[in-house]
Amino acid sequence: MSHPLPINNQESFVLNLGPQHPATHGVLRVKLTMDGEYIMHAEPVLGYIHRMHEKMGENRTWAQFMPNTGRMDYLSALSFNHCYAALVEKAMGIEVPERAEYLRVITVELNRISSHLVWFGAFILDLGGFSPLLYAFDDREHILDLLESVTGSRLTYCYFRFGGLYNDIDENFVDGTREFIKTMRERLPMYHNLVTKNIILIKRIKDIGPISKETIRKYGATGPVARGSGIDYDIRKNEPYSIYPEFDFDIPVYTECDSMARYMVRMDEIEQSMRIIEQALDKLPEGPIMAPKVPKILKPPKGDYYQAVESARGSLGMRAVSDGTNKAYRLKVRSPTFSNLSLFSEVSEGMLLPDALALMGSLDLVIPEIDR
Amino acid sequence: MGAYFKELFSGTKSLFVGLQITFGQMLKPLVTQQYPHEISTMTPRFRGHIELIPKEDGTTKCIVCGMCQRSCPSGCITVAGEKREGVKGKVLTKYRLDFTKCSLCGMCVESCRPGAITFSKEYNLASTRKEDYTFDLLKRLEEKAK
Amino acid sequence: MDSEIIRVIAFLVGVIAFAALNAAYLVWLERKEAAHIQRRIGPKEVGPFGLLQPMVDGIKLMTKQILIPDGVDPILFRLAPILAMIPAIMCFVTIPFSQELVARNINLGLLMIFAFASINVLALLLGGWASANKYAVISAARAVAQNVAYEIPMLITVITMVMITGTLNLNDIVAQQPNISQWYIFRFSASPLMPVAFLIFFVCSLAETNRAPFDLSEAESELVAGFHTEYSSMGFGLFFMGEYANIVIGSSLAVILFLGGWQDPFGLFPGVWWFLIKLYCLIFTVIWIRWTYPRTQFYGLLNLSWKILIPISLFNLLLTAGFLKVF
Repeated sequence: MSHPLPINNQESFVLNLGPQHPATHGVLRVKLTMDGEYIMHAEPVLGYIHRMHEKMGENRTWAQFMPNTGRMDYLSALSFNHCYAALVEKAMGIEVPERAEYLRVITVELNRISSHLVWFGAFILDLGGFSPLLYAFDDREHILDLLESVTGSRLTYCYFRFGGLYNDIDENFVDGTREFIKTMRERLPMYHNLVTKNIILIKRIKDIGPISKETIRKYGATGPVARGSGIDYDIRKNEPYSIYPEFDFDIPVYTECDSMARYMVRMDEIEQSMRIIEQALDKLPEGPIMAPKVPKILKPPKGDYYQAVESARGSLGMRAVSDGTNKAYRLKVRSPTFSNLSLFSEVSEGMLLPDALALMGSLDLVIPEIDR
Repeated sequence: MGAYFKELFSGTKSLFVGLQITFGQMLKPLVTQQYPHEISTMTPRFRGHIELIPKEDGTTKCIVCGMCQRSCPSGCITVAGEKREGVKGKVLTKYRLDFTKCSLCGMCVESCRPGAITFSKEYNLASTRKEDYTFDLLKRLEEKAK
Repeated sequence: MDSEIIRVIAFLVGVIAFAALNAAYLVWLERKEAAHIQRRIGPKEVGPFGLLQPMVDGIKLMTKQILIPDGVDPILFRLAPILAMIPAIMCFVTIPFSQELVARNINLGLLMIFAFASINVLALLLGGWASANKYAVISAARAVAQNVAYEIPMLITVITMVMITGTLNLNDIVAQQPNISQWYIFRFSASPLMPVAFLIFFVCSLAETNRAPFDLSEAESELVAGFHTEYSSMGFGLFFMGEYANIVIGSSLAVILFLGGWQDPFGLFPGVWWFLIKLYCLIFTVIWIRWTYPRTQFYGLLNLSWKILIPISLFNLLLTAGFLKVF
């Protein structure tokens, strides 16, 4: 509920939201100029967790940068893995075996669900409800166990390799994933009854933080934020990569433009991701998981390469410029949350503080990914 | 007016449904693991810090090719070896891992052609001293062989 | 010495001990209940079932240094936590735990409780203002607006109750409800809306005590810790005890007014245990609610008060007046 207020500049004050604040989920600082509880101006201040990943990309060999990708977005590390692996494969012209592609899709989609679950919990936590967070973490724990049994790590995965995967799955993984999907299907209605249909939550996020299509286009916001504003854009459908065209899934789009719409998009995406995983498990072919001839020392031909994937937060792009050596000349990461955050300043103007925090929660910010 | 009462009733109902769900959850068994009292085993692929694999006679398979050292993105491995009389190839004299820099990516394990290193299953590595994270893997191997 | 004075002193010590113990063990209950709702186990290491945890926490709070930041109002900053605790303890004076177990059986008991309970908000306001912290000031402003909005439907409901009972003496009110059918929550002959009145009273007492889902003034994800952001050690401890004491008072009032106080539901063995059982059932519900719902938004809270609670409680007042006149 935003009210255009007669703003009296003399009575405004500056409120530092962050860098250590419970609602910013990390070290984001938002400088708010407030009039009472109304926000006159919001200015996100970034850089508190800048680690120069892009520069590191220029100082390491192509393969050595792989572990870095998992550290940019700690919630959907596999999407970043996927993007970088696909980028270098494109540059080198490496064909990935089919089984590896299927496994990539399965693990990335599992990772997407776990990312959305964390978002779900943290969003409700921002709104003051604590228990859903731990229910979501309980479910997420199953995903982490599954992924740990395959990749060896729980959060900052480094699972994909140029031309394939680090190692193959076992039978337990397939059974475990099916089991997880079964329990998750039972849990989702519980979440909807406990949270989505709760009148307090509806009052909190319905019609709050409307982001118009024009604003989305202006700032280049993608992912669930754009889809919550009626823009049907998903890299998996619009610029298909990997083997996504082989699966039958829908892109949830809501036209309400408010926080509720973004919430619903993510909740529906959990369901859609489960559909993709099920289909992939059914079709999973046998075969190698690694392309046969991947050179030990990668020297992509001179050129400019770009690869985009749909991460849990939106369109993730990586652009590499190769000068033909074993290191990248330039590596640029276009991270989705950076664009999604940049619209916060415009949209939050005139909003109440708690509403602005609900808006910020619905953007699904992951700070290390913004700063890189 | 009708909408007002409709929202009032459906809203109140949703609140009671929520209470019912949390009460149901309260009666369900616990899901947490009481960590220091019960410890779960690590999955076979768990990536702890690296470790040298002993041969049957307790010595290392390492041929001191230095691939692990070169492939490491963070430069946390230092390998040294020397030529010895009567032994083919080099003999490992030093294998140091600076775990403070390690990101457990596994590049070293992958690049090791003789398969001399693997991930350990150790994760209880908390310490307040930096020196505790510099592992002399060769020494660990020798201690293990004893 | 006069035996009456000894009696009063004994009761005061008892009341303070009760309030402090309650604050300590309600934290334990809160943590345990929250844990089990979230399918965790909660405190369990200190003593059996973690029962000594509140004691350890209390010792920790008491031995910590009181930090007084620069720029605070030193007198008000120290006064506020005390002001949060004292009225809460005063309210216990008139609460009848059983027919005899009441410190002062005052004829205006109900009125006195409301008089003292409304001082609580002053403590929050002073604490927030004196802290010289922006979050604390916002929180204090919220607390005042919220309390003003919720006193109205609460008092209207209480007026309805007073009209039915015809007395402000809490012990007399309890005496009028000897068994379950005569509890005021089920006294449909007085007004068919009695359960609704109970709900309104309960919701208002949640809002008055700043409990979730109305914990706007200490909304941790918005205002860090609200009015007690700058308080450490026992300053924080007193706010905390005051909050829990207020929950106990709100719940005891609900028990006394609607659930028959120390009376047995079957009219058999009235006594203090029945009061405590009902009281802790209500407190259990209060905690249960906190760990179920998200926080309301500020205008949502005011809308609830002005658009729903006040009209319904007014309607109930009129209905009750009509019933009293007719029957």
